[in-house]
Amino acid sequence: MEGLEGTLAELRDTFKSGRTRSVAWRKSQLRGMIEFVQDNEERIFQALDQDVGKHPVEAYRDEVGVVAKSAKLSLSCVEKWMAPKKGDLPLVFFPASAQVMPEPFGVVLIMGSWNFPISLTLDPLIAAISAGNAVVLKPSELSPTCSSFLAENIPKYLDPKSIKVIEGGIDVCEQLLQQKWDKIFFTGSQRVGRIVMTAAAQHLTPVTLELGGKCPAIMDSSSNPTNMKVIAKRIAGAKWGSCSGQACIAIDYLLVEERFASDLIDLLAKTIKQFYGENPRESTSLCKIVNKNNFKRLLDLLKDPLVEASVAYGGSVDEEKMYIEPTILLNPPLDSQIMTEEIFGPLLPVITLDDIYESIDFISSRPKPLAIYAFTRDEKFKKQILSRTSSGSVTFNDTLLQFLCDSLPFGGVGQSGFGRYHGKYSFDTFSHEKAILQRGFFPELEPRYPPWNSFKLHFIKLAYAFNYIGLILLLLGLKK
Amino acid sequence: MTAAAKHLTPVVLELGGKCPAVIDSDVDLQVTARRIVAGKWQANNGQACISVDYIITTKDFAPKLIDALRKGIEECFGTDPMESKDISRIVSSNHFSRLQSLMDEYKVYNKIVVGGQRNQKELKIAPTIFLDVPGDSQLMQEEIFGPLLPIITVENVKDSIDLINSKPKPLAAYLFTNNDKLKNYFVQSVSSGGMAINDTVLHVTVSSLPFGGVGESGMGSYHGKFSFDAFSHKKAVLYRSFSGDSSVRYPPYTPEKQKLIKAVTNGGIFNIILALMGWSRD
Repeated sequence: MEGLEGTLAELRDTFKSGRTRSVAWRKSQLRGMIEFVQDNEERIFQALDQDVGKHPVEAYRDEVGVVAKSAKLSLSCVEKWMAPKKGDLPLVFFPASAQVMPEPFGVVLIMGSWNFPISLTLDPLIAAISAGNAVVLKPSELSPTCSSFLAENIPKYLDPKSIKVIEGGIDVCEQLLQQKWDKIFFTGSQRVGRIVMTAAAQHLTPVTLELGGKCPAIMDSSSNPTNMKVIAKRIAGAKWGSCSGQACIAIDYLLVEERFASDLIDLLAKTIKQFYGENPRESTSLCKIVNKNNFKRLLDLLKDPLVEASVAYGGSVDEEKMYIEPTILLNPPLDSQIMTEEIFGPLLPVITLDDIYESIDFISSRPKPLAIYAFTRDEKFKKQILSRTSSGSVTFNDTLLQFLCDSLPFGGVGQSGFGRYHGKYSFDTFSHEKAILQRGFFPELEPRYPPWNSFKLHFIKLAYAFNYIGLILLLLGLKK
Repeated sequence: MTAAAKHLTPVVLELGGKCPAVIDSDVDLQVTARRIVAGKWQANNGQACISVDYIITTKDFAPKLIDALRKGIEECFGTDPMESKDISRIVSSNHFSRLQSLMDEYKVYNKIVVGGQRNQKELKIAPTIFLDVPGDSQLMQEEIFGPLLPIITVENVKDSIDLINSKPKPLAAYLFTNNDKLKNYFVQSVSSGGMAINDTVLHVTVSSLPFGGVGESGMGSYHGKFSFDAFSHKKAVLYRSFSGDSSVRYPPYTPEKQKLIKAVTNGGIFNIILALMGWSRD
């Protein structure tokens, strides 16, 4: 595609000119980003409502607010982050200085996703800008209103010579992936993540993959009953309150001891009514299923007769409106699709165990998730969860909030992805840390050079052990 | 990396590249020459990812540099380096043939100014220096990984940076100069895994410096704490309690909740108080 290659060539020239590397440029773009979301808040809300039926509160909390907060943090910290860091140098190198200097990779590709079409494209963009890169942004075509909104308006607020928005579907993605990028940042499914990494391998392009997985929530029996209401709200909020379950860190399924299951389900049912009223279909607080494909995929999960039989609450469906009621299932078969694939929708399986400690083996025998949530006060249990399971993150006694902490890295492990961002991790993810050693011409150490002999070997051995006294003795002829 | 992609396995790739050394004319020539010898022929006879691959210097300075290098080679390896016990041999006959064909290419064979001797039986090639081979010769297109050192001359030492940047990013880049402005310009403008000013190779022995490439020279790094980090997943852990739950987090979403969420996310304590005062409990 000529247009694409021309665009890329223009960005390479821009990057080569050094335009994106100055503090002034980076700060001006970050300010531009803040202005962009502040000026266009209402229009962004409308676009999100159009694409995923997102309520303005969710839209602010998960999209606009996140972008504004992230841009403000980067704006205040970018100069500090850019500064070279001194490295410790042992005396044996004297005189010398060692530094690690972060530098931008160059021209980077950011591929966003459809469930948080504003924050999951713009937050990585903030990261790339603060690190001094030129960027091509590819919003997801499955959120078309947001995609065209970004394409139309980003050039009005950000430097069009250095930051380009390219829209399109699978064919455009394929063409983009054939090009040589200096870094690719991808948010999306594992299936597409593999395709992205394979394409990147052709050019030895480093990648960050923010993928998903089945994020479990564990509810421990030691929880005080009076806290149950809070737990139920936090679970419900992390399932249906986050893009109707279509979020990488949404709770995918619940693990609880059998004796507490029915009380928990009742409480969750009450909470759902509290959140969404008697008829959630009429609620404006619940996001919709993004498109027909995903709706059909979710319907198919329910079509399995054994799964259908396990529906404990909800389960009603309106095919015309692509609506699925917030649904709770009790012990669907573990080998059914709903328990082997990431659900990414408003269906919540509850799996019962005899002993809550079994949840550790349950989780660790499955692919590593992006997040684990555990509601417990048992300190021993917490330690076991941390040491015997692996996940992108672990949150105790709450849900989703880890996403908002700038001091916590946000990223996966294993099948949930690799690389991370948020806070300074964002800057680091788009930077190459260059090692620099500066030396003088004096003094010269003869033992560095051939012809080799046993004295020189001895010298090098003492130098590696930082045995300065030994070195002095050797040089004075007092050591054999 | 393609194989790792099938399983979404993260990788660290320590690769190679053509590591350039730029030599300015204001340097201590003897020390410079010895350090280049150390960074080329002492590092496994050039078969190292961070060996000096090629040199860039000014037209005027090149003859002096070549003389100094010739002397440096003699000091380290004697008058006949092929007899020296202090120099590695080529690892295999395949690589010997590869290096031989680099040397014998018609574009470069008559550009040898030092060395050129070889012994196929013993898999030995002497330290060999070429002057001004063409940019499209194999010697200047592939990573040499052997004892052949092309010297490319430019009019002005600053031009060397454009030359380096026209090639794939190397694992290491070296600059010898006393000119602070040139040092800063080099450090800012050349992208490489690591760099050393007025020395070669030593930067990889400093454990507080990450050792790894960028672009075609690789991804990821190790040494020192970077080694530990390369093989670790940094798991984020958030501890919360049940108290301090605010119903503003949960649906049904109301305009009051919207105001408060904005105030909280924006972080201004004054705004939070205002919003709380205007917020009715449910």
